[in-house]
Amino acid sequence: MGRYKQIEEIVKLMNSPEMIRNTSIIAHVDHGKTTLSDSLLAAAGIISEQTAGQKLFLDSWELEQKRQMTVFASNISLTHTFQEKDYLINLIDTPGHIDFSGAVTRSLRAVDGALVVVDAVEGPMTQTETVLMQALRERVQPILFINKVDRLIKEIKLTPEEIQRKFAKIILRINTLIEKYAPPEHKKDWQVKVEDGRVAFGSALHKWGLNLQHMKAKGLSFKDIIDAYTGEPEEVGAKIDALSKKAPLYEPILDMFCEHLPNPLQAQPYRQSQIWPGEADSPVGKGMAKVDPNGSLLMCITTIEVDPHSGVVAIGRLFSGTVEKGKTVQLVTSHQKGTIQQVYMSMATDRVIVDNIPAGNIAALSGLPSVHVGETVAEEGVKTQPFEGLKYVSDPVVTVAVEPEDVKDLPLFDKVMHKLTIEDPNLHFKINKESGEFLLSGMGELHLEVTAYRMQEAALKVKISKPIVIYRETITDNYKGPAIMGKSPNKHNKLWVTLEKLPEEVIEAIRAGKISEMQTREERQKTLKQFGWPTDDARSVVAIEGTNILVNRIKGRQYVEEILDHVKSGFREAVYTSVLAKEPAYGLKVNLEDVTVHEDPVHRGPAQILPMTWRPIWCSFLLSDPKLLEPIISFECKVPNQFVSNVIAIVQKRRGRILDMVNEEDMVVVKAEMPVAESFGLADELRSSTQGRAFWATQFSRWAPVPESIQVDIIKQIRERRGLSPTPPRAQEFYEEA
Amino acid sequence: MTEIVFIGLGLHDEMGISLRGLEEIKTADTVFIELYTNLLPNFSTENFQKISGKTLTSVSRKELEEEGGQKILRAAETGKAVLLVPGDPLIATTHIALRLEAEKKRIKTHIIHGASIISAVEGLSGLHNYKFGKSVTVPFPENFSETPYEVITQNRKLELHTLCLLDIQVEKKRCLSIKESLESLLKIEEKNKKRIITMKTLGVGIARAGSKNPIVKADFLENLLNYDFGAPPYSVIFPGKLHFMEAEALIVLAGAPKKVMEMAK
Repeated sequence: MGRYKQIEEIVKLMNSPEMIRNTSIIAHVDHGKTTLSDSLLAAAGIISEQTAGQKLFLDSWELEQKRQMTVFASNISLTHTFQEKDYLINLIDTPGHIDFSGAVTRSLRAVDGALVVVDAVEGPMTQTETVLMQALRERVQPILFINKVDRLIKEIKLTPEEIQRKFAKIILRINTLIEKYAPPEHKKDWQVKVEDGRVAFGSALHKWGLNLQHMKAKGLSFKDIIDAYTGEPEEVGAKIDALSKKAPLYEPILDMFCEHLPNPLQAQPYRQSQIWPGEADSPVGKGMAKVDPNGSLLMCITTIEVDPHSGVVAIGRLFSGTVEKGKTVQLVTSHQKGTIQQVYMSMATDRVIVDNIPAGNIAALSGLPSVHVGETVAEEGVKTQPFEGLKYVSDPVVTVAVEPEDVKDLPLFDKVMHKLTIEDPNLHFKINKESGEFLLSGMGELHLEVTAYRMQEAALKVKISKPIVIYRETITDNYKGPAIMGKSPNKHNKLWVTLEKLPEEVIEAIRAGKISEMQTREERQKTLKQFGWPTDDARSVVAIEGTNILVNRIKGRQYVEEILDHVKSGFREAVYTSVLAKEPAYGLKVNLEDVTVHEDPVHRGPAQILPMTWRPIWCSFLLSDPKLLEPIISFECKVPNQFVSNVIAIVQKRRGRILDMVNEEDMVVVKAEMPVAESFGLADELRSSTQGRAFWATQFSRWAPVPESIQVDIIKQIRERRGLSPTPPRAQEFYEEA
Repeated sequence: MTEIVFIGLGLHDEMGISLRGLEEIKTADTVFIELYTNLLPNFSTENFQKISGKTLTSVSRKELEEEGGQKILRAAETGKAVLLVPGDPLIATTHIALRLEAEKKRIKTHIIHGASIISAVEGLSGLHNYKFGKSVTVPFPENFSETPYEVITQNRKLELHTLCLLDIQVEKKRCLSIKESLESLLKIEEKNKKRIITMKTLGVGIARAGSKNPIVKADFLENLLNYDFGAPPYSVIFPGKLHFMEAEALIVLAGAPKKVMEMAK
């Protein structure tokens, strides 16, 4: 079997970092990434050439094949010979749909280079730009593949000159993004050019591809390609087949990986400072810069999978040291230890056991049951900085209630939910203590649909409620009166708080993980001072919940330390279920100003301190002109001229707003935004009103105030759904007389 | 007549109330009882209703604290309300809030005192009242606090005794045991290492004060830890400097080792 030979070759190459390319393919949904990956796999002999292009090997779930769309990242390793040398290419597949963009960001941490796939007809879309931007921020070097050239010829019937003009436009757009988001020292040398072979084009579906070098070497011109698509269907079929034999897709792509993307030895030194905050001249830092297999272990976990045989498998990029079976390692952020049970390399749907894997590679480990995505695995006993918090671009915005159809399935339900949430950190699962409902939150309607499908795959039948939008609550006008006082129910403890709205840039920094509880106090203080915080406040942050910060300004009072944990819990509960409609609060800064604590510990237990904390927070919240915020998605749609008015009508009917319309040949790109609350069923409506001719995507954009005219109604709906009285409490209800 | 009378139920059972308290109940319009601030292990509501001829309305912690005792205040606005409280009514500091609220609303308040653990421990142990310092409650482990250790330390410096009340959750029928309270203090000692609470420290454990069969046992912690005190409620005393009469009392009344005589002055 060719396959086993492959594995031996791979193991040999794993020990030569200069021959390794860790890469990813990034693209807009449906621009052909998975079809392309399959062609590359065919080259590695893992699946036959005939089925590539149809089998969608990387999409291992039936669902993904049905949707023709990759949902979760999948990893493979393959070898390629370029200029008589063998290379090892680790390919991390990433999903193209923004609903799962958390997975995209995580995959990017593990790779040094990325192939950007763009549909020749549609050009770069929102998705392409978002993901490319994320890649450049992680210092991942891009190269370009222009896909679906067959459509330019067959459907739009462009001449060779027109094709080249079309290419030039796409390349220009990509280079503009590189110029904007690449690290300063690479803004120029990362530009992709046709002349140096960093741009390829072709048809992943028809399995052919070329770049300038291969065109020259094979004596092929644009005219030859157009010719291949001219004639009777049967004749065309044969000619395209011949073209795919003469110019197979994998050749220029894999050559480009080897020639133009950096190996770990080159990439790790300049990526280090961006992705790892530790000291460059510490033993770990040196090991990382040198990709030293004998260095101090450093690995970033980017994916977790749960499988019935190996249990929890943690997959990630090994930056320094070697992982081997039986080795005891530390999990840095969770301050735990674990022993590696097995080491695997990933091959699409398979995992293959190997003895060890050295620095520079992608490795999979079993035996670390408490590991989570984003965890840093390091040498036992060596003080190591964890990787920065992974930056997610989206908040969960939609919730459904799920329950097993048959109560007897509860244990299975429990197991499946555990597996799904471990594997996909963008999925949030919670039991509503009051109603007993199981609530599943995700990044969009589609994300939750896919999750429901995965439950069915696990033989679990579930009932799912209609999607419910997640809102946020915030204040718009800081209450300027004196600090608000709250008393404990037994009236023996008092707490004074003030409340402020955080500026948007601080909220953004919290969401990006730049301000977090995981940081040391010094790091957080430094960051907050950069946002103009006074030293005292910056030093006194004691809790962060969602995008809300708790600052302890109390000085010189007795027993504060003894109740602070309860105050923090009270703060977390107060902002996690705020007071308008029990939705999470957004961007609040709660300052503890003063406190009087009872002498005896039983008079200041949680039953006393929690309400003492909620009440003044909610009271000042209600006095600060509170508003309900709703999630807004941006929506981009490319559609033939004759359907534009239908698309505009759909947007307007859904409380949407047109932001921009650009003509591109006979297509129009409509850029708009709309509330998530109005976006359900968008896919079906767009399909039927454009005869399926619209190319579109959505992504989370921002939180915006619900229009004044409907705020009261929406609050009422949410409150009634939660079994609360229809109107929110008044500030007086939480106000205490001194 | 608008008034609230706080009446102490004393210790242990329905027989602890004073004759004056009983008389006040007989003329009351509404009789409330709270049984969460303290444990009255043998209190029989049924028997009490027979003796007093009144129906008792129980009030919960939630009704008294979160709702501010509105139920009692409303009853007091139109007549005479009585609140029955275990022990001496205002030793449970919680009720001062209700008393103040009532006075603010021009509702008169009166107190009929009852026996309290605060005085019972002195009678049972023979330790002198004027030598007690601040008292403190040892909470359940989930509400861990170092305050008890600090209070004992401060009192010890002034050569004073410390009365430790042990946390209870009457709703859950849960009492912190003497053993658990000692272990909790020893754990803090392990961390702070001030040699305040050690295996060689003298302690006095008291169980079922006010009943016919109370237990009072003085010993060093190494022995006290394993002493069987039987059913609750419990308290613990950490003596400061002992007067020779106190040392003698501990030996005679609480079975303390003879050695404590040497610790007295």
